[in-house]
This record gives sequence, structure tokens and C-alpha cells, in this order.
Amino acid sequence: MNDDISVSQLNGLEAVETRVDTRTTTNGSGPLSAGVAAPEFSLQDAPDHTVSLKDFSGKRLILAFYPADWSPVCGDQMALYNEVLPEFKRLHADLLGISVDGAWCHRAFAKDRKLRFPLLADFEPKGEVARTFGVYRQHDGISERALFVIDEKGIIRWSYVFPITVNPGADGIINALEELESKGVAA
Amino acid sequence: MTKQQTPHKFRGLEVDPRRDHMQGPANAPVTLMEYGDYQCPYCGEAYSIVKQIEQRFDDNLRFVFRNFPLAQIHAYAEVAAEAAEAAGAQNKFWEMHDYLYEHQDQLAVPQLIAAAKRLGLDVDRFSDDLSQHAYAERVREDFLSGVRAGVNGTPTFFINGVRHDGAWDFDSLSEAINAQQKRIAA
Repeated sequence: MNDDISVSQLNGLEAVETRVDTRTTTNGSGPLSAGVAAPEFSLQDAPDHTVSLKDFSGKRLILAFYPADWSPVCGDQMALYNEVLPEFKRLHADLLGISVDGAWCHRAFAKDRKLRFPLLADFEPKGEVARTFGVYRQHDGISERALFVIDEKGIIRWSYVFPITVNPGADGIINALEELESKGVAA
Repeated sequence: MTKQQTPHKFRGLEVDPRRDHMQGPANAPVTLMEYGDYQCPYCGEAYSIVKQIEQRFDDNLRFVFRNFPLAQIHAYAEVAAEAAEAAGAQNKFWEMHDYLYEHQDQLAVPQLIAAAKRLGLDVDRFSDDLSQHAYAERVREDFLSGVRAGVNGTPTFFINGVRHDGAWDFDSLSEAINAQQKRIAA
């Protein structure tokens, strides 16, 4: 069993862990961790539409960076989040998927998988947003499989980088959101 | 810390004999739990592997099945899960479970009703349960318990509460169960 997989223990957001699979990460500074303000971004979620972090001001947001549309593990991960979406909503959080794929590719992938949440195209300059979050794999030209939970003030409250071949599931996200919920910062 | 109000009861991986669907002795040393989707082709493969595993380990294994329908990609997964629960309410969960996995291309409502007839269920009651989604809440509870336990796709197996991340062909699952038995015996 790979230690990188065991994400379900979350002992309060102050002591939040941000762990990196060091075997694969090529980015120097590592992923942004809890307590840091999420960097502003503005990316296409459709060929004619753009989504920005500031659109979510006052709301909780889950950012799910993933390596590529259509790859088997991602398909499973996004399919799972599609099912868990009502639970994320109940915990007052919106979800955005992000990869370096272009907006047309995202559109085809989302249609094929019937995804009910936006996929953002970190396409030009390639991987720029992944870089600002510290989760770009320079040598591979794709982002890490990384999750960030951002609070209503735009502060990262939980983050985690998974081995690229592991479907992270949703338990870590839900734990982090429930922790936020229990602190009553909430919406 | 105050518990949050939740519309769904969250349950962990602990088996609840009054609620869970189980095969094999309650005191078996190893419990194999599957979170599955009746329309998922991989779960269809896993179905026959689990049957072989149950034969192989016999009284040393308890098998528990919980619903994890991926309803957005599998149009019939939810109704099939509710059908299995509706059959369960008439004490024929496993008969329906087996039927569904053996007829994964026949999961539309009329076909489910025909299945209920073949299995000797009270068809009126079964049809009412389906149309009123009598077991939707229960299926959702299963699903959310899985999400919280780290289920990340289907099928996902747990062996004595630990997620089995390896392959689930007969040899791999057998090996994992054997290892668990040895750990207990040690």
C-alpha cells in the first residue's frame, strides 16, 4: 500500500498537511499549502466563456487539477465528483476541474461524461495556473493530480497532491469542507 | 465539536447486520466488502470473481455488498440498485443481486419487473417501491458511506475495513484475503 494514498486523516485545518509525491514532482517550490491566499486566475471554461477565481468570492471552492481529459484515471475521478456534486453543494462548495487541455477538448470530454461542473482550460500560456499553484509537471507538460479547497475569503484551507496514477476519491475534500462547516465561517 | 446536521446518516465501514446485505457467517475472520454498481461492466466481471472467492474461502469469509451507483454515466445504475433493495425488502436481495449482474443489459424498469416476477416477488409491491423510489435514500446512504470511506470508482473492495487498492482478479484478491487471515492468526 502506498502511503501517499492515505489522505483520510485530517486533524484540523491549522495542521493541514500538504504532501507531495516526491518521486514525480518536478516543480521546485511545491504546491501552495493551507493558509496561503489562492492566486487569482482567469481561464476559459468554454470556447466563448471565462471563469475567474474572483467569481467565487464569498463561496467555497474546490479546485481539482488533473493531468488530462480522457485518461482512464481522470475519467473515473471526474465521474466520481460528478456523482458527489450534490454533497459538495450541500457543504456550500463549487467545483472546478483544471487541466492543460483546450476548451474544445474539455467540451467534448464533459459532454461524453455528462459532467455537471466546469472544466477550465489551463491552455495558453500552457499550465500557467498550475505553475502558480505549484502543481505543474515541467517535464511531462501536464499538471499534477492535486486538490485545493479554498474558503470564502480566497484562502487555501486544504491541499493535497496525489500520485498521478491514483484516483484521489472525494473523502479528503469532504473532510476539509466539513471542517470549514464546523468552524461556521460559512455561507 | 458539535456535530453538523446532515440530511443523510453517514455510516462507516463497520458492518451493520440489521441493515447490510451479507453472505457467509457473521463471525467469519475476514469480511470482504464491495461497493458496486449494477451497470458497471467491471463490477460484472468482479461478480463472478467474488463468487469464486466465496467458494474458495467458504466459512472463513463474510461478503458484504453496498450500492455505489454512478448514475450520471450509467443510466440504469440507480434504478437497478433500488430494485435490489426492493427485492431485499422481500428477503430476496441476493437473488436479485445475482440476477442483475447476470443480466446487465436488461436493467430498464419493465425488465426489472419481469425479473421480480421470475424471482417470485410480490410484483405490485415491487413496482410501487420502484415508482415511489422507496429505497433511494438507502442507496444514497450506501453511496455516501462509500465516498467518505475513500471509494473512488467501482468496484472498490475493502478487506476488514482496509481499502484494497491492488488488482481484484481471483489470485490477487485471494492473496490479499490470505494475507489478512495470516495477520489475524499472528
